[in-house]
Amino acid sequence: MPEPILRVQDLVKYFPVRAGVLFKRTIGHVKAVDGVSFDLMPGETLGVVGESGCGKSTLAQVLMRLEEPTGGLATFEGRDIFALRGAGLRKLRREIQIVLQDPYTSLNPRMTVGDIIGEPFEIHTEVAPKGSRAAKVRDLLDVVGLNPEHINRYPHQFSGGQRQRIGIARALALRPKVIICDEPVSALDVSIQAQVMNLLGELQKEFGLSYVFIAHDLSVVRHLSTRVAVMYLGKIVEMGTEEEIYERPSHPYTQALLSAVPVADPALRGQRQVIRLEGDVPSPLDPPSGCRFRTRCWKAQDICADQEPELIKRTDGHLSACHFAEAKTVVP
Amino acid sequence: MPNELLLEVEDLHVEFRTSDGVATVLNGVDYAVHAGETLAVLGESGSGKSVTAQTVMGILDSPPAVVTGGAVRYRGEDLLTATEERRREVRGGEIAMIFQDALSALNPVFTVGFQIEEQLTVRLGMSKKDARKRAIELLDTVRIPAAARRIREYPHQFSGGMRQRAMIAMSLALDPDLLIADEPTTALDVTVQAQIMDLLAEIQSERQMGLILITHDLAVVAEVADRIAVMYAGRIVEQAEVTELFRSPGHPYTEALMASLPRLDLKGQTLETIKGLPPSLLNIPPGCPFHPRCERAVSRCESERPALRSLGFGRVSACHFADEVVSSRA
Repeated sequence: MPEPILRVQDLVKYFPVRAGVLFKRTIGHVKAVDGVSFDLMPGETLGVVGESGCGKSTLAQVLMRLEEPTGGLATFEGRDIFALRGAGLRKLRREIQIVLQDPYTSLNPRMTVGDIIGEPFEIHTEVAPKGSRAAKVRDLLDVVGLNPEHINRYPHQFSGGQRQRIGIARALALRPKVIICDEPVSALDVSIQAQVMNLLGELQKEFGLSYVFIAHDLSVVRHLSTRVAVMYLGKIVEMGTEEEIYERPSHPYTQALLSAVPVADPALRGQRQVIRLEGDVPSPLDPPSGCRFRTRCWKAQDICADQEPELIKRTDGHLSACHFAEAKTVVP
Repeated sequence: MPNELLLEVEDLHVEFRTSDGVATVLNGVDYAVHAGETLAVLGESGSGKSVTAQTVMGILDSPPAVVTGGAVRYRGEDLLTATEERRREVRGGEIAMIFQDALSALNPVFTVGFQIEEQLTVRLGMSKKDARKRAIELLDTVRIPAAARRIREYPHQFSGGMRQRAMIAMSLALDPDLLIADEPTTALDVTVQAQIMDLLAEIQSERQMGLILITHDLAVVAEVADRIAVMYAGRIVEQAEVTELFRSPGHPYTEALMASLPRLDLKGQTLETIKGLPPSLLNIPPGCPFHPRCERAVSRCESERPALRSLGFGRVSACHFADEVVSSRA
């Protein structure tokens, strides 16, 4: 059994909410990530799904050390990510990179593509000596399927899909081992989305990358992931292999989420059982006691309000945080 | 016997005259919607699906947009030649529209109630009291809980799904016969999307409205549409009944779109990609606009623009090889 490359234990991130004009006082905390644990194995893709506000992007930000955690532990190849400072942190950034959702705002419009992709080499000079940088950038453009001759162009001269490729090239520049993809294809048209997804798959094989793949689109996550974690209000409610989650989901939220996804086959219309959730996601400022999903759950009992269900192996062997976990097929 | 014909768009041409040149945004769009029918207009960004709807509604920004040809007939009456006064009557009263981003479509400085009541007092001459009563009924119709209280709230106090519901309530205020929904659920989470699509379908069948659903999402289309019009580079490239279209697409673009879609119910499927990019509307390729990206293209496709022709069973396709495309799947 190989060692996990990235290990996250009980990660917590609260954002304080302040009020008052002169004397700011903290009136509460947005519990964006509230006790998340997972292991990422070398070469695998862990899909993280959930609706807006479930904390999946905050998770990415904290793992990149773009936000400081409130609590918990994360180790990369045994090194404590949150304890690193200065040179150690810089070294870590070579190993873990991020691809962001919006290819329009995540690239500096005043920099050429060559400067954008080459900027990591400015900071990590040991990776590429000055003379070899232009050649490296050209290689990277070629790897992500862009024309290396376009090295002097600006981001606005590229389409959305091409810009996302630029973002991927930048992430690859330092030869990382882990790439955190935060909704990398959700801003793209269908025909372009497939190109970028295939590219991510090819790069993973070629460079042996591990991905944390964050997305709200369950079809996209199924396509790319080996394992999947489902998040709700800052917690993982269910985690298992792609097959376990999609074919035998046992948490009511996962079941509802999967059943709500439209399927591109009119023959299935009216044949599928769709679980309709009532109401909206509660505020992360004041999440419900016990199980956070209980306010919208059709299985909820008294125990759900009193006792928080642990994320442990239930019914058919994968992790589920529900007192009444029961595998059920919802995807045709 | 089909239901009453509500809207006919015929050979519609629209240009955007910009400083970079003339963009031909619509190059002859034809479609028709009957009462009680859902027509899905499917296309990627820049295909012209929203511009067609804006032309129908008469809300195109002009300049830069110029309608250079064609007709938009509502119950036989050409709206493009109608007076501005008449257009205002039709807009909202006969044809209403809801938008993707409800937060920017609603006015942030007025209460939700005021924005619904305004139409009722101005257009129908209702008293303020009656208008309030009617507005609360409308919010009940779209299942906003505690409507009588929430009607006094501002759009920012509503969640995304609630805002979209409020916008649907607003569009129903004048009891239109045709509703145009422009990507109504694109900004919403999937569980909320399912709620809103249910609501739209229910309202439509109750009132026997015509519904034009503009979307880029093939899966949503498969679940709700009766007929589908697929747009590419400002033209309709294929139109068919929904099961026909999904069983055997009649245009290589539709075929390629379906093959590039990751599906929830298919595991380990390889995604086909469409090579290249959609064309710039400033410079649409001659012949068939899809030919540079088409697997089936031959030299004829580069010079001769395929006309939209009927393949039987209510299906039309703008491809020289439409029959082969259909039979390759059948």
